[in-house]
Parts: sequence; C-alpha cells; structure tokens
Amino acid sequence: MTHKPTCRTFQENARKALDDTRLQAQMARTIKDGFQQKRLKGMSRLPEYEALRDAARDLKNHVLDHLDAYLLRFEAEVVKAGGQVHWARDADEARAIILKICQEANAKTVTKGKSMITEEIALNDHLAAHGIEPVETDLGEYIIQLRHELPSHIIAPALHLSKEQVAETFKENHTHLNADRDLSEAPTLLKEARAELREKFLAADVGITGANMFIAETGTAVIVTNEGNGDLTQSLPPVHIAVSSIEKVVPTLDDATLLLRLLARTATGQEQTVYNTFFTGAKRPDDPDGPQDFHMVLLDNGRSELLASEFRDILRCIRCGACINHCPVYGVTSGHAYGWVYPGPVGSVLTPHFVGIDEAHQLPGASTFCGRCEEVCPVRIPLPQLLRNWRVRAFQRGHPGGLQRLGLKIWVMFAKRPALYRRALSVGIGVLKRIAGKRGAYRWLPGAGGWTKTRDLPAPQGGTFLDRYGRGER
Amino acid sequence: MNMSDPTPPTGSQSEAPRVALFVTCLVDLMRPSVGFAALRLLERAGAKVAVPPGQTCCGQPAYNSGDLEDARAIAKNVIETFEAFDHVVVPSGSCGGMIIKHYPEMFADDVAWAVRAEALAARTQELTTYLADHLDLNVPTSTFDGSATYHDSCAGLRELGVKSQPRTLLATVDGLTLNEMDDVEACCGFGGLFSTKYPDISGAIVDKKTTNVEAAETNLLLGGDLGCLMNMAGKLRRRGSEVRVFHIAEVLAGMTDGPAIGEDSA
Repeated sequence: MTHKPTCRTFQENARKALDDTRLQAQMARTIKDGFQQKRLKGMSRLPEYEALRDAARDLKNHVLDHLDAYLLRFEAEVVKAGGQVHWARDADEARAIILKICQEANAKTVTKGKSMITEEIALNDHLAAHGIEPVETDLGEYIIQLRHELPSHIIAPALHLSKEQVAETFKENHTHLNADRDLSEAPTLLKEARAELREKFLAADVGITGANMFIAETGTAVIVTNEGNGDLTQSLPPVHIAVSSIEKVVPTLDDATLLLRLLARTATGQEQTVYNTFFTGAKRPDDPDGPQDFHMVLLDNGRSELLASEFRDILRCIRCGACINHCPVYGVTSGHAYGWVYPGPVGSVLTPHFVGIDEAHQLPGASTFCGRCEEVCPVRIPLPQLLRNWRVRAFQRGHPGGLQRLGLKIWVMFAKRPALYRRALSVGIGVLKRIAGKRGAYRWLPGAGGWTKTRDLPAPQGGTFLDRYGRGER
Repeated sequence: MNMSDPTPPTGSQSEAPRVALFVTCLVDLMRPSVGFAALRLLERAGAKVAVPPGQTCCGQPAYNSGDLEDARAIAKNVIETFEAFDHVVVPSGSCGGMIIKHYPEMFADDVAWAVRAEALAARTQELTTYLADHLDLNVPTSTFDGSATYHDSCAGLRELGVKSQPRTLLATVDGLTLNEMDDVEACCGFGGLFSTKYPDISGAIVDKKTTNVEAAETNLLLGGDLGCLMNMAGKLRRRGSEVRVFHIAEVLAGMTDGPAIGEDSA
C-alpha cells in the first residue's frame, strides 16, 4: 500500500487551498521572494549556467541510453567497497527489502534523512506497522511527520506551514516541555527540534537516507542537505540503507559535480548546499566512523516503462523543484492539492504513471501551458509537452467526459467545416451581442458560471470579423 | 490616425509580399477591431493583405485537450488555406505558436504533411514580430497621450521569443509611455480551455496578475493575445479598475476611440 491518492478531487483540494488564508499568505511569502529570487541570484553568479544546462541534459540523456551498463558497474563497485545492492522492482519489493534489513538488525528505531523515494514507497507507514519507529530528521520532514502530512514540496516539505503553525505543532507534540515556552522565533523552533532529534540520532539502530545521485565508477552515493542531518543519519547507526531510483546514476565523479553545480543554484540559489556528502560502501577497518553495514536499494517502480515511453525525458529530473517554484498553478494551490507525493509540473508528469491516468487525469490538465517550468528546468525537460502527452492518453480513456467533451466535439465539428462555422457563429455571436446590449461584459452567462464567479466575461463587439470584412468594411 | 496614409511598398504593387491574415477565432468572434487594426498595420508595412475566407480555428483547443486526431484534421485545413501565401501573420502568439511550433510536431509521423506543416511554419509570424521587421520604425505609427503596461503572453514569449518586438513598436506611438509591471512574464491564468476547466485556479492566478497590472498605475493594459486580454479585462472590470485594455494592434493603428475590451458602449 502506498499513500492513497486524492488526485481525482484535485479541484476540490485546490478550492480548500484557495480559501485557506494562512496558506495563501505563506505561499506569497515564500515562492517569489524566496525561491524565484534566489534562483536568479544563483544563476547570476555563474556565467556558464546555460552551457551547464546543456551539458547536464546531454549527460542525463547519455545515462538513460546506457542505464544498464552504469547500474551494473555501480553494483560491482559497491560490492568491492563492502556494501550490498538490492534491486527493487516496485514499492512492495523495496519496502520488503528495507524491512528485512531492519529486522535483521533488530531495529527498534530508525532515523531517516529526507528522501522523496521513501515517500513514494510510503516506507514510514510500513515500518511503523511492523513495530519499528521511523524518525524523520530533516526539519521539514520532522514537522510534517508530527502532523501526519505528505510533503507539499519536494525540497521544502513543510513549505505550506508558517512558523506559528510549526510552533503549534511542537507544543502539541513535545508535551514533556514547558507549555508556556516562547516559540515565536524560528531559531527557537530549530533548537527545540535539534534537542529532540539528538537523542534519536544516538539511539537509532538503522539510518535510512535517499541519494540525490550515485556514481558508477566509484560506487559512491551522494546526498545534499543544509542541516547535516543526512550525515548523522548515515554515519552514526551501525547500519545505513540508502534508497534511490535507477535513473539517478551518473558515470563519474566529474558528472556528479556538474549536476551539483546546477542543483543547489537552481533549487535554492546556493552555490553549494551546506553539506554535500559522498559515501562509499561500509566502514573500513581504519575509518574513524561510518556504518558497519551498507545497503543500497535501487528502485525501478515503473521507471523502465517510462524509459520506453513518450515520458522518457522526465527521467532526467534531478529534483531541484524549480518547475514547482515557477508554476502559476502550484503558486496558488500549494502541494497537497495534487493529491499524492510529487506536486507541481514534475508531479503532474510522474503521478499519473504511479497512480494511473484515470485517478490522476486532472493533473496534466491543470496547466496553462505557460512554459515557465520548461524555461527554468536545469536539465531542459519539455514539461508542457510531457503534460500534453498525458492529456492524449487521458483523452483516449475518455477524460474529460460529459459536457466538456461534448462542447469540444461541437467546436471541432464547426472548425472543420468553414461554411457551417461562418453561418452558425454569425448567428451565435449576434445572440450574445443582443444579450449584452451596450454592456461590454457579462457578470454571468449560462455555461460560463465558473469563469464569471471571479471575473466578468467580456462581450463580443458585434458581428464577426470575416462577415464585416466580407461586406467591405476596412 | 494614419490609416488613410499607408506607407507605400518599396517596390511596385505587384512585388509587394502577399500576406495572409489569420485573424484567429477569438478576434473573429469577439473583437473584429483587432483584425481591422492588423489589416491597416500590415498594409502600412507594405504588404498586399488577403483574408482567406476558409479560415476558422488553429485547432489549439483540440490539441491541448489531447484530441490529436481532430487537431490534425483542423491543422490540415489551415495548411491548405494558407500555404499559397508568402507570409501568414497572426495577431496572437498563442495561435502563432500553434502553427509555428506545434504543427510540425503534430505531423512528425506523417512525412507528406510534415513537409507542408514545416513550410507553413517557416512562413508564419506573430503580428508584432512581422511589424517590427517591416514597419518603418522612424515614422510614428499613432498617437496616444498616456501610459501603458504590456503583458508578455506566455506562448508568444516562450515559444516564439516575442519580447522586444511589441516594445519596439510601442516606442513609435507618440505620447505613450511604457511602465513595466512587476512579474511581467508571469502567466495571467487564461490558458485557453484551462480557464473554463479550472475556473477557480484560473481566477486566483488572474487576481495576482491584475494586482500587478494595477500597481503599474497606467491608463492602458496592452498585450498581443486576445484570450489573455479578455481574462485580465474581465478581472479588472470585476475589481472596479479604471485600467483600459486593448490589443497592441489597436493602439498602433490608432483605434482606441471605441470601447476597450470589456468596456460598455457609450
């Protein structure tokens, strides 16, 4: 069982988000002055940014063309370094593999670094159901774990919450602390979370992290964080499990640094994230620290199918979140409206693949095709085209149905028959003009109720251009 | 108004480029004055303009709904109607982008039509792009005493690179000052059928957009795509704003005497 999707009710979910004044204020605070401005700043300090994007696109395409070879090389290098690689065909297999490793380690508590893949496979619920307590150690993930929520953003899971809401959550959960303590400032919140987590880091039997990428030539996995929690999760417990998906492999260390140069700048405007951790295999006899056992779980979960499909380009994604940060739809709906793990444009391409287009057909439709996602994507994924590809599949399966489909078919019928189009629409426009009279816009019109709920609908000027032109008007 | 005084073409009349105006369904049905303005401007730019009567819609509603079969059928009609001309000019970045960028993609698996689609794409231009290349920019196009802000419609901006062209053209309007709005490249939330399929979200996006429009404190909001302009004009009207909304062609052609988009008749 993965997270139960609520993509079908995307519009109802979005409606709730639009009515949530706290959420809207939070989005207004964080998106434009936060992510968008920071990306511009990050780019401005890197003159070769555009060339790096081309190089990264080409690198990822090369990897996708030779995925099998690089994955096998990675496995061989991990084994050489004293680790193990586990191949997981789907979410069930991945969960079973991870649970087994935890059980063999007699784990009671596992600490977790931030990992979207473990969200994709709903790992926490599975571990908890088997008596193992998962503790998220990334601050944002820790907050949403306390609130039993999904991340609302792939790099900032608690983006939807103000610091006041976080303070409320901490007071509800950290009941052993003085209820009257002052949590009005962000550093205080951070300090409290750090104190709570310190105990967990030391007590954990297994540490589970994701991997932003992994390197075939050395068998090295890479995580980037700003809090250092990934390092503590990865190096303190006796067992480290890293979970990643197969398309995140890169051939060499140089290739990894190419992606790292783009990733932080595009995501947060930083030249580098505060921690860039490279880890290879298990602790060697002379190493001062590190896990005694290292396991790398590589998840397919349908990515092999994507590779052979019209959605192949999405496998270039390095999960920077730029498409999300620049999406006008996400900017007003936030992430939970999307109804599953991955929000925004990248989510609207990935989610239908994981939960099925019948469940998720609303998501690829929820785009104005403004193209800003493609404009900012560091690996130049043609996101609007991929969303359109899903609309083609959705249309073949009857989405949209009902009146929307009927309306489209009527329009198409006219558009294909110019003479009929002229006659019918001349009449139609005449009627609309008569309804409007001297008014320049409608406050309401049958069939346009959605539009006119929030704005007027401008009325036709009167007569069609082609009729008037045909009568000699110039 | 300079409409009665078109700049003569550089060669003799027979050498003037034959330009077909694809007026677009929205202009045809909702705001013919944009079509007449485009006509005047193209003639002033020395073109011999034709308006093929077989034109309807570019097929974008079908294409963006995932209805590829119908989109291709409509595209074939457009190709047949317009392929005989030297140039096709479209007063919309969105419909222009459809022909220029998406028609060739649509026929990627159909060589015969792909060749024709690419030939048409190569001859098609969005209106302000054509005018910026062909008008004498040293001659004032028209007069407007006031200020304007210009919305970069997404398809024109990102599919066709329309950014400097409208601003170059607006610099030829005597008396007009341009004040750029904040977040000028942000989507207005129209998105064609998106605005009717996802009306609440579309409404929230256009609310943000028109907040920026009003903050620019101009007399006019201009743009190159009627769909976006109707969306923003409808929202501005609902907000009780005084900002008047016109297609850029109407201002360049000196046709701002009548009601603006969404404005009542006197």
